[in-house]
Amino acid sequence: MRFYLDHAATTPLRPEAREAWLTAADVVGNAASTHGAGQDARRLLEDARETIAEALGCDPIEVVLTSGGTESINTALHGMWASRAVDADAVVLPDGEHHATMDTVTALAASGAVVRPVALTPLGGIEPAAFADALPGAALATALVANNEVGTINEAHALSAAAAAAGVPLHLDAVAALGHVPLSFRDLRSDAAAGAGLVAMSVAGHKIGAPVGVGALVVARTARMAPLLHGGAQQRGLRAGTQDVPGAAAFAAALVAARSEFDVENLRLTGLRDRLIDGIRAAVPSARLLGDPVHRLPGNAHILFPGAVGESLLFLLDVAGVAASTGSACQAGVAEPSHVVLAMGGSDQDARSVLRFTLGRTSTDADVDAVLGAIAEAYARASGARSAGRS
Amino acid sequence: MSGGVDSAVAAARAVEAGHDVTGVHLALSRAGGTLRTGSRGCCTIEDAMDARRAADLLGIPFYVWDFSERFRDDVIDDFISEYQAGRTPNPCMRCNEKIKFAALLERALELGFDAVCTGHYANLVSTETGLELHRAADDAKDQSYVLGVLTAEQLAHTYFPLGETPSKALVRAEAAERGLSVAQKPDSHDICFIPDGDTRGWLAEKVGAEQGEILDRDGQVVGSHDGAHAFTVGQRRGLKLGIPAPDGKPRFVLEVRPVSNTVVVGPKEALAIGEISGERHSWAGAAPTSGEFDCEVQIRAHSEPVPAHASVSADGVTVVPDVPLDGVAPGQTAVLYVGTRVLGQFTIDRTVSAVPVSA
Repeated sequence: MRFYLDHAATTPLRPEAREAWLTAADVVGNAASTHGAGQDARRLLEDARETIAEALGCDPIEVVLTSGGTESINTALHGMWASRAVDADAVVLPDGEHHATMDTVTALAASGAVVRPVALTPLGGIEPAAFADALPGAALATALVANNEVGTINEAHALSAAAAAAGVPLHLDAVAALGHVPLSFRDLRSDAAAGAGLVAMSVAGHKIGAPVGVGALVVARTARMAPLLHGGAQQRGLRAGTQDVPGAAAFAAALVAARSEFDVENLRLTGLRDRLIDGIRAAVPSARLLGDPVHRLPGNAHILFPGAVGESLLFLLDVAGVAASTGSACQAGVAEPSHVVLAMGGSDQDARSVLRFTLGRTSTDADVDAVLGAIAEAYARASGARSAGRS
Repeated sequence: MSGGVDSAVAAARAVEAGHDVTGVHLALSRAGGTLRTGSRGCCTIEDAMDARRAADLLGIPFYVWDFSERFRDDVIDDFISEYQAGRTPNPCMRCNEKIKFAALLERALELGFDAVCTGHYANLVSTETGLELHRAADDAKDQSYVLGVLTAEQLAHTYFPLGETPSKALVRAEAAERGLSVAQKPDSHDICFIPDGDTRGWLAEKVGAEQGEILDRDGQVVGSHDGAHAFTVGQRRGLKLGIPAPDGKPRFVLEVRPVSNTVVVGPKEALAIGEISGERHSWAGAAPTSGEFDCEVQIRAHSEPVPAHASVSADGVTVVPDVPLDGVAPGQTAVLYVGTRVLGQFTIDRTVSAVPVSA
């Protein structure tokens, strides 16, 4: 029996998305072709785009479909950097962002970008005032709507307003927030001037039950953004390449389904999550919830197990059929110490002793019970097997 | 599972023998190269992938565990500081001693495993006095030397499925038969953490290279060098001596003095060592019952064992070989054998020349 508690990594395909995906996959035609077959494909694509725009609170022309979160983030940050104001070279980068953002900014640094970090709060959030302090004169800024590791939800409206006030273009990474935090690009952008405030927002389909391989970057119609990919004029010239009609259809279907159950489902997940957190604390008294206890993603339980090796915990839970996560892993598969925990002021040992459990649409009480049944024993063993310890 | 053919076949045999096997690839370097080049054999993404695919074929779970910090502390830093002290370390031995059969074994036992199984070529033999470590059936591949550091406690949780296979070719053939994609993968024989096999260049980068003098045994300057660490005892090539020996015969490195950054050279006869001793030692199984015994001594992974007489005291182990040993450097490990059995080992601290000193 397997218990899947890694929905933040990827969550099961929704039946509605699967149906829309496969149905659209049987339609022959390149959406860029002018003949009848192309027009059929184009109709499906634009239907999907309108649905996605509706769900994300933007205009259809502002939806740039991509292959997923990483591409969206790269497109936004590279594009905003290339179109920056002539005298600006600073990039506002809060600590604890997703690697897709951090590594992209590192790449920008090679072409002259100067990183302006913003310290995380001990609860893993971005303090809007600290963010605002970093903004003046910056070329661009970026921030997570919700932290993908520790689950802390940021005050996206405040971050956006600060960027608008400072006249700095802002990208929001809403990949982890999608489906769990109300997201309206229009509301978040508010009445910011052209090219300032929120100009771009990244989301990915597979976090809400669409297939892996489709995502979107919302790009404000007034944004200044150079394309990352070249080779065609599709999607305002911002994303060259044949458009993925079945992926778009599936993403649209998943968004509609996620929206229809938004309140009920997030309430259900919050209940399951709190039972999981309470149960872990009861089984392992030294265990500690990291991240904001109140402003947190409904399905996220990020737990510090003091003195335990995350790698060992992960292994022992896996043997018990429980799939959890330590955060990110390198290409070879090594669990990395959590850069988010470090940014929150945790020690190196802490950063190696955390586990992330994330719940989603298919999670049930049985999943929580499986963790609670295995965690005490796993902790006892994993805290004996100290990788840093010496015999 | 390193990603090589030996550990893949060892895993396959362990599975076939009915054990509950989990594949583990050790991440030993944080800054590993991405793709394999030449004979470098570990720490690359491609090797991790090869190991994973072998585990997939065998239907066993597979994990990558990070021992890079301990590897850096216990193997890489030790390697550097040994060279800085003018000694010649064997990093593979340190890795076996501190990582594979220590850090990994400790964790495995904590997690509920019984043993670490590897693709080393060596044999374990169970006797009335306990487990014994023996040479592998294939002399050419025998790796008992680098396992000589294992203790009785470690041997009790160790499993070498390849030890009785008479040749590596058979292991490769078996891998091919089993459909393991690594069947024809080249052997690794370089030091895994030195990417391009250029040990001298790597050391120069780590410890710095400063010009120093090359002396003969009378202390007369006969040449110069670009860093003493680059020389090993017994070395003849690359000395570029400006002043020839009086008798015109070739000269060899006799001694490396890292503190004064000097290298001492002399005739081949002066390389002959009549006695070696060292303090740091261990027994691979039951300790010898007598303080003095006859054995064979081997001082390099692929050198010939030499008949010898050993004596053990509170100060360590002293060995007098029946015929002088060539090219012995402090820091090397002397492994003692009786027949095929590994008795134990010591790190050579001190050597005594077999012939009286004269320039």
